[in-house]
Amino acid sequence: MDESWTKAKAVFAILAIPPVFWLLAFFLIPLGVIWGYSFGENKSLTEIAVNGTFSNYVHAIKPLYLGIILKSFWFAAVTTVLCLIVGFPVAIAITFATEKSKAWLLLLIMLPFWTNLLIRTYALMAVLRTEGYINFTLAFFWNGLSGLTGLLGHPLGAFQPLELLHNNFAVVFGLVYVQLPFMVLPLYAALDRLDRSLLEASLDLGAGHLTTFRRVVVPLATPGIVSGVLVTLIPSIGAYLTPDLLGGPSSQMIANVIERQFKTANDWPFGAALSFLLMYMTFLAIAVQAIVSRNRRARD
Amino acid sequence: MAGAALRERPGPLDYLSRWPIRAWLWAVVIYLYAPLVTLMAFSFNVSKRNIVWRGFTLDWYKAAFEDSDLITAFGNSLTIALVSTLVSVALGALTALLLWRFRFPAKPALEGALSLPIVVPEICMGVAMLVFFTEILPWPTDLIWPLNLGAIIISHISFSFSFVAIVIRGRLASFNREFEEAAKDLGAGEWRIFWDVIVPHMRPGLLAGALLAFTLSLDDFVITFFTSGPDTTTFPVKVYSMVRFSVTPEVNAASTILIVLTVALTAVALRVSGNAVVAIEAGEGL
Repeated sequence: MDESWTKAKAVFAILAIPPVFWLLAFFLIPLGVIWGYSFGENKSLTEIAVNGTFSNYVHAIKPLYLGIILKSFWFAAVTTVLCLIVGFPVAIAITFATEKSKAWLLLLIMLPFWTNLLIRTYALMAVLRTEGYINFTLAFFWNGLSGLTGLLGHPLGAFQPLELLHNNFAVVFGLVYVQLPFMVLPLYAALDRLDRSLLEASLDLGAGHLTTFRRVVVPLATPGIVSGVLVTLIPSIGAYLTPDLLGGPSSQMIANVIERQFKTANDWPFGAALSFLLMYMTFLAIAVQAIVSRNRRARD
Repeated sequence: MAGAALRERPGPLDYLSRWPIRAWLWAVVIYLYAPLVTLMAFSFNVSKRNIVWRGFTLDWYKAAFEDSDLITAFGNSLTIALVSTLVSVALGALTALLLWRFRFPAKPALEGALSLPIVVPEICMGVAMLVFFTEILPWPTDLIWPLNLGAIIISHISFSFSFVAIVIRGRLASFNREFEEAAKDLGAGEWRIFWDVIVPHMRPGLLAGALLAFTLSLDDFVITFFTSGPDTTTFPVKVYSMVRFSVTPEVNAASTILIVLTVALTAVALRVSGNAVVAIEAGEGL
């Protein structure tokens, strides 16, 4: 298990060289190149000079782009809060289910999550379109109601479909849809480890279910809440497909701007700088989690 | 008698049998499933307009199977998934064995670097691969199939082998060292021990890792989007261009095929590996 590498150098080399080479050549070098480009500028259409300039980062914090970065954060934060609200009762239900129904419930929550992200987003498009299922249902009831009031001489007029797609609402709706299982699973994992006698004691001593939830369950489940928040927040900030397909022109997020720099605007250094800003935000979030969980462990 | 009385009145912590929690759970399940179920149902609908049910048909599946671009893309996806799975499992197994067996100076650094492909946002990895395969290692576009898929395959291996390594390492953690010592006492050499003792123990991990790599590759859109060219589209990239163009039942049919395929693969993965894959995909590797 803990054999020193010097004892079997040949075996060590056989095991180490292929993965280290792959990681270096096909992962770290590509990222390194992007990192280098983020300090460069376009010389001509095809040439990029890496000259250590910070102009791309300065460009990235101009109001237009800073606004998009903040909006990405805002969308991700709203998504995370909604996932927490929607997911907590679900996690509680799974935790206190019988062993058998627990497995089925977990599968039920996880199954949509194994479906292709693109397909799930497409499915939402069909639901939210002006001629989609929600508007179709609303139109049905509206027309029914209109028929009823028509009998009384006051028809309601033609149904105006709601604009549900291609706006900020659709993006958050889609992000919650996609990220919800990420939230439920860590919450469930934390709640499942919880000592139930504490909850019973709280209820026996006269606290209501809501008080028990607020004063006992939430404090004890904090590590699960923190990791749930992070695994929801981080992918949401960098989401590409959801704002691309469900969002409108004003709901573009940072990933869409990055894509545009590389595919259409052809400003690679600027796109590279934005990519690395996104990476730094991700690392910051992970570092915060590491610190929080270390502090908790130190206290326990 | 006491048992019957208990069954009638739910215990204080039996939240699942309380109606508000039940109603909430049902609402969430409907929210998660209604869009997918309607998507699948309307792939069998006669009407092209997708909302009103006009009768059952398999025409859209026929159209999907006659769409040669779609079939090519599907073939590309399966080829990429297959090759990247094989390489990912090999690299993942080596990594797992390395980290399980040895103590070496750069171990924490290597572990950190291996977790990068899991945490780096997809879009960043996508653009990194785009730049790498145009500037550093320009991948020729006129290669014969399947060599023209090389850039996509390499990117897929890069993001999936870390996941595979975690799954296999988890399996190795439960290895009983005494078997190895027994084999050594009985005169087995290094290679023999590896092949006859360690590999059989690793097998469920290898299988679970392979299925995970396969579904990751089959599902990936963002990274492939940046590495694929006009002649090397994959199924999700092709579906994306169809979705951008219009919402038609043919897309529903194609999506249904992919949903059924991934759900079947996942069911197999769960059978083989218990909850390992669930835990990993849920980001426990974070």
